[in-house]
Amino acid sequence: MSTFPQTWTFRSPRARLALWFGWLCLVALFVYCWQVMTANTIWAFIWDAPRQAADIGGRMMPPRLSYLPELLVPLWDTLNMATLGTLLGVILAVPVAFLAARNTSPSLLFLRPVALFIIVASRSINSLIWALLLVAILGPGLLAGIIAIGLRSIGFIGKLLYEAIEETDIRQIEAVTATGASAAQVLTYGIVPQIMPAFWGITVFRWDINIRESAILGLVGAGGLGLKLQASLNTLAWPQVTMILLLILLTVVASEWVSARVRAAII
Amino acid sequence: MSGYPTTWRRPPQIVTDRRWRIALSVAVLAYLVIGMGSVEVNWARMIEGGERGLRFINGFLQPDFTSRWRDISNGLIESLTMTLTSTVVGVAISVPIGIGAARNIAPPWIYYICRSIIAVSRALQEVIIAIFLVAMFGFGPFAGFLTLSFATIGFIAKLLAEDIEDIDEAQAEAIRATGASWLQLVHYGVQPQVMPRLIGLSLYRLDINFRESAVIGIVGAGGIGATLNTAIDRYEYDSAGAILLVVIAIVMVAEYSSSYLRKFLQ
Repeated sequence: MSTFPQTWTFRSPRARLALWFGWLCLVALFVYCWQVMTANTIWAFIWDAPRQAADIGGRMMPPRLSYLPELLVPLWDTLNMATLGTLLGVILAVPVAFLAARNTSPSLLFLRPVALFIIVASRSINSLIWALLLVAILGPGLLAGIIAIGLRSIGFIGKLLYEAIEETDIRQIEAVTATGASAAQVLTYGIVPQIMPAFWGITVFRWDINIRESAILGLVGAGGLGLKLQASLNTLAWPQVTMILLLILLTVVASEWVSARVRAAII
Repeated sequence: MSGYPTTWRRPPQIVTDRRWRIALSVAVLAYLVIGMGSVEVNWARMIEGGERGLRFINGFLQPDFTSRWRDISNGLIESLTMTLTSTVVGVAISVPIGIGAARNIAPPWIYYICRSIIAVSRALQEVIIAIFLVAMFGFGPFAGFLTLSFATIGFIAKLLAEDIEDIDEAQAEAIRATGASWLQLVHYGVQPQVMPRLIGLSLYRLDINFRESAVIGIVGAGGIGATLNTAIDRYEYDSAGAILLVVIAIVMVAEYSSSYLRKFLQ
């Protein structure tokens, strides 16, 4: 270069051009998607929304406190659904995680892709969709909710656990192997102690998420607080809706607190 | 002690006190008995549903893409456009909130306002927000778009704020030492450090928003979830299987391409 630039600029001209082009593409894509999305939107409903919001807000206040005793059994059901569902998820996820981890998988060519597919499939389908299917198959009730929570948890626990297994310290495993341990002994003495804290952390974390999810599973018929929410929404009993939402919020905050405390104690 | 122990047992890792271990296992066992007892299982209904379950598995193995393809593609287009617009709007709103919620560059009163916005957005489930927004804005993807934008704010703003709090202070200090204004500090000192991660987070949220768009459709917020709900209500399990497979495929593609893109950007 013959002349040195007189003023300093943040980016080179070429980078600036590329950046502008990137932004242009994003804006164009956004505008296009917006057009497609709102093609069938009835704008009168949208301009009407503030009035609707004020109307619903007015009906929701004050929450109906006398409804609280009726909610205690659904609350217990919700907690059970989350806890037993997490348990089911853990039982199913642990073998999948060991099959998916590069260093413990018995066959990298065949079993590992299958395990990874199970993890992705479980992660991409929300527990509400699982519940929708299971309610159609098993009938409404807690069992469908528990299985839905369990199936959704496989992906989450499996993914985090197999990453933890892959990050284990190879020297400890070699030391156990060097004593002449069998494969099962290497697993129990070399790998399991290393992933134990991660395992409990992941489980408690997922339990916390499951509490949130199980609170709404009742919307599709899987029991718990969501069932009461659905019933109240259908009868337009807004003060009851407020009460249920407050209870859900309280449960979520409490479970988050418990999970944060437990994880802080373990890790 | 008479002699040196000849066998070794692995010491417990987490709860080291023996009494606590026993108490904990008794408590867990008692809970399991009570908890399992509260689950009512209607065996007759389950056997009846078994046949339906088999049909669903069959539908999943032999998905029917063709006969409802119009509905499926309409749902997909709604979901995809909803996902993109809500992520763009959500990220655009969450950047100022994220900057405001970073303790090291925002004054305290702004910090508390922004943190409470984040807390509200994170505490409420997407589905619950969707129920209310559908009641206010009517059925369709617009309510879904608003729901996802709202949920995106809590996610991106919180992680962005944590990222800004973790930046290398030396670089920000150097910019400050040149007499830069607050805007210049954010532009030259903070933005280059957090940009790669912000892009990564946005791509991750794009992925989450697509998955969520399949859920909020169940309560009337449009998208592929509405199509899925209809398919299940009509007991068309082969169409439902096709929809689920399409969702899984898109999520897989999104996950792989976003991890590739993130590697490319860093």
